[in-house]
Amino acid sequence: MSDIDDKSRRRRSIAIALALGGLVVLFYVMTMVRVHP
Amino acid sequence: MALTATFEPRRSATVGDYFALLKPRVMSLVIFTGLAGIVAAPGHIDPATAFTALLCIAVAAGASGALNMAYDADIDAVMSRTANRPIPSGHIARGEALGFGWTLSIAAVTVMGLFVNYAAAALLAFTLFVYVGVYTLWLKRRTPQNIVIGGLSGALPPAIGWAAVTGDLSLAPVLLVAIIFLWTPPHFWALSLWRSDDYARAGVPMMPVVRGKTSTRRQILAYTALLVPLGLAPAAIGLAGPLYLACAGGIGAWFAVEAVATLLERDAIKEPAARRLFRVSLVYMFALFAALIVEKLAHIAPFASWL
Repeated sequence: MSDIDDKSRRRRSIAIALALGGLVVLFYVMTMVRVHP
Repeated sequence: MALTATFEPRRSATVGDYFALLKPRVMSLVIFTGLAGIVAAPGHIDPATAFTALLCIAVAAGASGALNMAYDADIDAVMSRTANRPIPSGHIARGEALGFGWTLSIAAVTVMGLFVNYAAAALLAFTLFVYVGVYTLWLKRRTPQNIVIGGLSGALPPAIGWAAVTGDLSLAPVLLVAIIFLWTPPHFWALSLWRSDDYARAGVPMMPVVRGKTSTRRQILAYTALLVPLGLAPAAIGLAGPLYLACAGGIGAWFAVEAVATLLERDAIKEPAARRLFRVSLVYMFALFAALIVEKLAHIAPFASWL
């Protein structure tokens, strides 16, 4: 795997991590909103 | 080329390639009309729920763009406008795009159902079905009415936004859907007038390819003649006020003038009138929904309902 491919994969992994982190925050906030309307 | 055609990646996909797969420009218009539906709807919605509804609309719009690019990669590869998209240019494998699109679709509908309401989730699922199932897989390659019927998917976001607030539908959101539905044919047929060679080469039966440019120009004018008066109707039913009426009347008149100019156009190569019509159609759509949002946020009272 070339350096460019390696860098692309690392950035994809970071993007996936950020998306999953955002989803966790969204689920937490929306659960709080529904529990304490 | 059949749907089974394979497009294998020539290099590792970047985050930007996946973002391009979401058709961000289409997504931005969908977010905007969805936001207008949320803002214009009567009743209260807390900001977190409104954000979640808008996020689901945006993700579903992006997902349907990715699925469209995956299923139509063979068409995109032979059209100059779309040949640089991530799949035909060899940056993302078709299978990966399918997995990406379906994952986002299911996630968007599920989150909408869990955290907003089932009516909005059902409308979102229906929108995906119309865009991917009805338009992309069924009608696009078979009939020049493809973008007329398929246009329903692009018209639904204001109703989804409205349902996110109220949990149901009424005349007002249906009217907003009808406006976008009638706007879609003149908008896309204007584009297809100067891209008709591209569509013909790809074997896509767009109206100018199948019925000819003269018929397309007449139909653009017919849809515009229905659209412009309907565009005024939100003021008549007490949904919109003076700012909206000024935009719908003024830009609507400009829209109609350009539709007539497109009918009379003689330069069938460069199609300058169709290009102007395409641009004014975007201004019209943006202005109408921006006016709805501004009037609601600025507390500009709508006209009393005539119905």
